[in-house]
Amino acid sequence: MNNHRTIIALALAGALIALSGPAFAQEHEASPPPRVKWSFAGPFGKYDQAQLQRGFKIYKEVCASCHSLDMLSIGSLADPGGPGFSQAQAAAIASEYKIKDLDDRGSQIERAGRPADHFPAPFANELAAKAMNGGVAPPDMSTLAKARTYSRGFPWFMLDMFTQYQEHGPDYIAALLKGYKEAAPKGFKMPEGGHYNEYFPGHVIAMPPPLQPGQVTFDDGAPATIDQYANDISAFLVWAAEPHMVARKRIGFQVMIFLIVLAGLMYFTKKKVWSAVH
Amino acid sequence: MSGNSTYQPQSKALQWFEKRLPIGGLIHSSFVAYPTPRNLNYWWTFGGILSFMLGVQIVTGIVLAMHYTPHVDFAFKSVEAIMRDVNYGWLLRYLHSNGAAMFFLAVYIHMFRGLYYGSYKEPREVLWILGVIIYLLMMATGFMGYVLVWGQMSFWAATVITNLFSAIPVVGDIIVSWLWGGYAVGNPTLNRFYSLHYLLPFVIVGVVILHVWALHVSGQNNPTGIEPKSDKDTVPFTPYATAKDGFMVACFCILYAWFVFYIPNFLGHADNYIPANPAVTPAEIVPEWYYLPFYAILRSIPNKLMGVIALFGSIGILAFLPWLDTSRIKSARYRPLFKQFFWLFVIACIGLGWLGSKPPEGIYVIMSRLLTFYYFAFFLIVLPLLGIFEKTKPLPNSISESVLGAKA
Repeated sequence: MNNHRTIIALALAGALIALSGPAFAQEHEASPPPRVKWSFAGPFGKYDQAQLQRGFKIYKEVCASCHSLDMLSIGSLADPGGPGFSQAQAAAIASEYKIKDLDDRGSQIERAGRPADHFPAPFANELAAKAMNGGVAPPDMSTLAKARTYSRGFPWFMLDMFTQYQEHGPDYIAALLKGYKEAAPKGFKMPEGGHYNEYFPGHVIAMPPPLQPGQVTFDDGAPATIDQYANDISAFLVWAAEPHMVARKRIGFQVMIFLIVLAGLMYFTKKKVWSAVH
Repeated sequence: MSGNSTYQPQSKALQWFEKRLPIGGLIHSSFVAYPTPRNLNYWWTFGGILSFMLGVQIVTGIVLAMHYTPHVDFAFKSVEAIMRDVNYGWLLRYLHSNGAAMFFLAVYIHMFRGLYYGSYKEPREVLWILGVIIYLLMMATGFMGYVLVWGQMSFWAATVITNLFSAIPVVGDIIVSWLWGGYAVGNPTLNRFYSLHYLLPFVIVGVVILHVWALHVSGQNNPTGIEPKSDKDTVPFTPYATAKDGFMVACFCILYAWFVFYIPNFLGHADNYIPANPAVTPAEIVPEWYYLPFYAILRSIPNKLMGVIALFGSIGILAFLPWLDTSRIKSARYRPLFKQFFWLFVIACIGLGWLGSKPPEGIYVIMSRLLTFYYFAFFLIVLPLLGIFEKTKPLPNSISESVLGAKA
């Protein structure tokens, strides 16, 4: 019996050594983004309301000129667990948007937005978005924080299962926004219209550096730096992609407690039932 | 299914009903009086866990279908609307998507358990083959469900997998356009996948009923692999197996809830949160983790047609397992050599899974080929020969002796 265990252990160890070499050699090029301390990380994580409000301001004043946020209704800004705007504030924000609609004669009109409207897109359609942006449409931002990631490599991706690290998206986006370099390193051939970014795969990104220090003024006195902007917009995008995360984690904790108690009771039931047979 | 029941309804009304349709007796004999070997370990609870997961998938799936729109322009948006605007839609969808992963995790444990203890051997060949059919149906259902999301990975997985059929000589391309309902993966493809994704789970339920029926005819295998000989070897299903299964279902739910509530996107691919775009090919096209070993087998073979044959062969070969394994001893407990080859096989499957997620180049290809060779050699060379050459350990006289032997 012990013999077999040893053989299996040796085989496993051998396989791991054989496998991990090329796995590490494979990690290359774009450096892994530094980890940011997010308020929403971990099993009890919650969004920082002030941060989401700042992030929304950056979205509105900077990102929205190129990126759509199609799948969110404007009214969702007032949903529980989110940026914490009041219903009245959300309605006021909505009314600032012009929404294309039809009147009751069927003529095209523009009316003031309502909370049920989704955020209007900056371009009329995808072709227009492409034509205005050098051939590639800027991605929609509704699910962006879940659609971006970076490779953690073995064994970290396995450990992430237990540590619940899942902020790959915002870490990557925040790093990307901070990762622009004025000039590419010596010997790097930069194609026309490209921008050098430390964290973008291949380093050549079409999007020009979107954030400048002092570009957005915050009412809460938060510093007007690229670092601050990058973190705030990343947090906002996580909320946009996962608006019910706070409820999910709260309910998750209740479910966990229930299941652990249930499993405990089931265990003692099973023990009692089987006590006659053993 | 009947024969073990002494079921007598208490009330007059139920007696009246029982005379006309003895469904109470059927349930009683199948899930109460049914004798189970007393030495079953916890690996035997995964049948119950799988039934539970099938139920969860069907219930969450039916509700999701009420909110989903199977159209290329709206599919992705309707999924996002479920995540945002449907009450507890995020919960339903995460239960369903992670539920598929949990379902496969449980079925793999269930299958490896069957392999380890020789549960496919006489008289359980038909039971095993029904299981292989369920597994095939699960793979088809899971794949089509993944396509419904209509993200980048959905679209390109659908393209890659349906294109496999183009490897068939002469009629390949005709078959592929027939599958697509057009000249590329498009709206007709999405519509038929939706229809079949709703249909197949109920086919699975049907085959599961046959699977359980066959199980109740031959009785369960057990860790010793010897058949029960007297009443001392068995205990009634209820309360013994139900209590044990219930405990393990609760434990399994803790793992399931961990994924659903805390890391719901861990098992998914980030690219599937980008809407499907036929004009942009993702940097890497990777299937869900539960298909990765087969993906590695497919890509390890340089010829496309041979790769596809190997892919389907690697699953089809399972159906012949009862006859490929020539040993008359069932349980690995008494088969020292088989036990080692079995664990190597488990390692090979996990290794293939890892290689399936890697690009098909350099050392990865060589390793995939080695492990693919072992995968097939295990069934075609090792198992037939072991039955002839292996020196097995002595079997206990009965199940009760193996359990109580030390005490008695």
